[in-house]
Amino acid sequence: MARLHVNGQVVDVEFDDDTPLLWVLREQLGLTGSKYGCGVAACGACTVHIDGMAVRSCVYPASAISEEEQITTIEGLSEDGSHPVQEAWKELDVPQCGYCQPGMIMAVAGMLNSNPEATDEDTDAEITNICRCGTFQRVRRGVQLAKTKM
Amino acid sequence: MTNSISLSRRGFLVSSGAAGLTISFLAGCAGADDNTPAAADLPPNPEVNAWVHIGRDDVVTIRIARSEMGQGTLTGLAQLVAEEIEADWDKVVTEYPTPGENLARNRVWRDFSTGGSQGIRSSHQYVREGAAAARMMMVQAAANEWGVPVGECSVSKGVITHGPSGNELTFGAVAEAASQLEAPSDITLKDPSTWTIVGQPVARLDTADKVTGAQQYGADIVLDGMLLASIKAAPVRNATVASFDASAVEGMPGVVKVMQVGDDAVAVIADTWWRANKALEALPIEWAGGDRFNSADFEAELDEGLTADEAAIGNQGGDVDIAFAEAAQIVEATYNLPFQSHAPMEPMNATALYTEERCEVWCPTQNGEAALAAASRASGLPISQCDVYKQLLGGGFGRRGMSDYVAQAVLIAKEMPGTPIKLQWSREEDQRQGFYHPTTKARVRGALDENGNLTGVNIRISGQSILAGIMPQAIVGGIDIATFQGLASPDNPRTADQSLKYTFPNFRMEHAMRNPPVRPGFWRGVNANQNAIYLECLMDELAVAAGRDPLEFRLAHLQDSPKSAAVLQAVADRSGWGSDDGKHRGLCAFYSFGSYTAACAEVTVDENGQLKIDRIVAATDPGHAVNPQQIEAQVEGSFVYGLSAMLYGNVNFVDGEVQETNFDTYNVMRLSEMPEVETIVMPSGGFWGGVGEPTIAVAAPAVLNAIYAATGNRVRELPLNYRNLREA
Ligand code: FES
Ligand code: FES
Repeated sequence: MARLHVNGQVVDVEFDDDTPLLWVLREQLGLTGSKYGCGVAACGACTVHIDGMAVRSCVYPASAISEEEQITTIEGLSEDGSHPVQEAWKELDVPQCGYCQPGMIMAVAGMLNSNPEATDEDTDAEITNICRCGTFQRVRRGVQLAKTKM
Repeated sequence: MTNSISLSRRGFLVSSGAAGLTISFLAGCAGADDNTPAAADLPPNPEVNAWVHIGRDDVVTIRIARSEMGQGTLTGLAQLVAEEIEADWDKVVTEYPTPGENLARNRVWRDFSTGGSQGIRSSHQYVREGAAAARMMMVQAAANEWGVPVGECSVSKGVITHGPSGNELTFGAVAEAASQLEAPSDITLKDPSTWTIVGQPVARLDTADKVTGAQQYGADIVLDGMLLASIKAAPVRNATVASFDASAVEGMPGVVKVMQVGDDAVAVIADTWWRANKALEALPIEWAGGDRFNSADFEAELDEGLTADEAAIGNQGGDVDIAFAEAAQIVEATYNLPFQSHAPMEPMNATALYTEERCEVWCPTQNGEAALAAASRASGLPISQCDVYKQLLGGGFGRRGMSDYVAQAVLIAKEMPGTPIKLQWSREEDQRQGFYHPTTKARVRGALDENGNLTGVNIRISGQSILAGIMPQAIVGGIDIATFQGLASPDNPRTADQSLKYTFPNFRMEHAMRNPPVRPGFWRGVNANQNAIYLECLMDELAVAAGRDPLEFRLAHLQDSPKSAAVLQAVADRSGWGSDDGKHRGLCAFYSFGSYTAACAEVTVDENGQLKIDRIVAATDPGHAVNPQQIEAQVEGSFVYGLSAMLYGNVNFVDGEVQETNFDTYNVMRLSEMPEVETIVMPSGGFWGGVGEPTIAVAAPAVLNAIYAATGNRVRELPLNYRNLREA
């Protein structure tokens, strides 16, 4: 039994040692917002925060996370969808199918945590998430709009 | 007609906690609203008709038959319905009827399949008529209540007003009475000039949950007592399962069952998907037979097709042989395009629950009725005892028009009656078990006279026919007419929306069908993607050979298609075509899926031959533009899809096995490679063209032509893979 801090709550959960955080979140904690896209850290659909830093949870063993570390998923980014990135996303209608967007939003929110002044160039360099629907242009605009709401 | 069919199982609310999960079913269309105090004591309103339910609280629930996969069809169709019923847009919500309900109601919602950019253009008429009928019935009901003539009543934003008295009734108050009335037979649709919702850049109806993680996809379904399955089908086409050693993994944690699925697949069922998939990866499986196909070897067969005597002719005019015999100059080139995988972000999945009486499936599908038929076949139950609850798709791109994964889920569930089974494919399985965008090659030729006038065009496509692979009954006289997308004849009603818009004095479009043992599929844009490269790179090569400006050269042959000329001119004007600012530009114009599209690309190629796509100006004339901001989103996204293919897309088969099994090897475009896309939506009205696909076709040719402008080198083989473009 391991103790994790997820979205501000303490949860005790049992998992095999090699289970990636993604599957603990999705299958054992019912937090299905984080998505499976590749399982090999190539797409970013599974992005969550550990202590505010974006990580790809599909290759991050849950057993490597200590009790002190704070895990934040898309469900916990804000209470009501009011995080500046979420607000910007709604305003610009960024999502198409939306499947990549929890990961995209978490990656962007993580970037803005460490670099609140992120430029388009920073976004291009740091956000390597895949979106097959091709929302990149609105993601770029969304980052700039989110900055104004922080 | 009463709303007697249970709509209750299509959606779930999943409340989650650290301990187990509980599920509550949404109470269906009539229960999700109707919660105003005044309405609390009354039974829910029946539907007005199949298209619309209006609650006593005035919430307008619009039924959408087509699938939403990101392309915005859900919102667009809702706009059409809301427009005709004169609804208050702020009170509109949507729901999917199920394919089973459609059959039970004599296909009242008609076709569920969602592909070919048909979502709106093939259904707008009957959808709008259904909505208009609902409005007329509600106005009639109000007039009856007041005892006044219908002609004295008007309707706006969900409120019916009796002019002389000023009396008002909301839709919610008359919906029940309206539902009892005979449907009107004489329906007049609103004139487009009076539209207030259609044509507006309204926000999508499905965005809010997509930014909070609350949006449920097929992959997220949780049912009581559900088990998880991971599957591996034969990695080589037409191979079968020879043997597998279940005992090697049966003791692994969480594993419940190891089973063969059909002839060609093995699945592991466990308490979590992670455990199921881990055991599957450890499971020794032997395969037998199969086609040990090598895509590299197939090149020779494609080359043979380029000059073979026999070829289907898809479209021709004049005498192209004389044109070439008398030409002052002939331009000839060969273009070569590889297999592609759809790779939607959400890998295939389906959840099935089988009992001896009933089979139910929850899945993302572009073709709900085909999924229902697949569930019936796989379960062995009559179709009336099956149903499919469509989930929002995490991308489709044509892949989810097929129902192979649905049948697999049902076959597994059938072995475990009463236990819901969620089958989730791994990304690797998704890449290996595709229906691939086929490989084609083309020899393109053009004849010029001594004045640089184009006298003949001949395009010989050699390659796979999609229809031969998945719909052989659609091949007529040995010709797969769909292969000629964008090159086809306007005189054939099957190809009028995919026809050649240039006027050439002499031309012949040919296809030498060469089918490899690879499953082909409709891949967003389909053959238009390849054919636009063939035609529009040839036009560029010809303009250069003739010493003419590529814009002028094209326009000279678009005299009979002013709409094509208009989109091309629009991108040229906006992009600064012809200015001496040192920028390198390339053009493309193409007509497909009933829409006129064009693009101008601006690129930089550095001294090491590295490409940077700086800017795209794209234009589309889809006739009616139902939601301009969503059209812009589709255009932007279609460049990502088309340019990903141009830059990286390539599925290689070695000994029958797909080599690119995940995004680390099947690379796609990222943000840093995304050019600024400026979209010009220029609806000229009077027709309904597609939106989701047509602009993909113009992406690659515009960039390839710009690369030529920058380097003097032609790229005729894709993908580009950032090779040194300065090396000839
Ligand atoms: S699922 Fe984790 S990066 Fe793709
Ligand atoms: S919105 Fe569909 S994959 Fe990004």
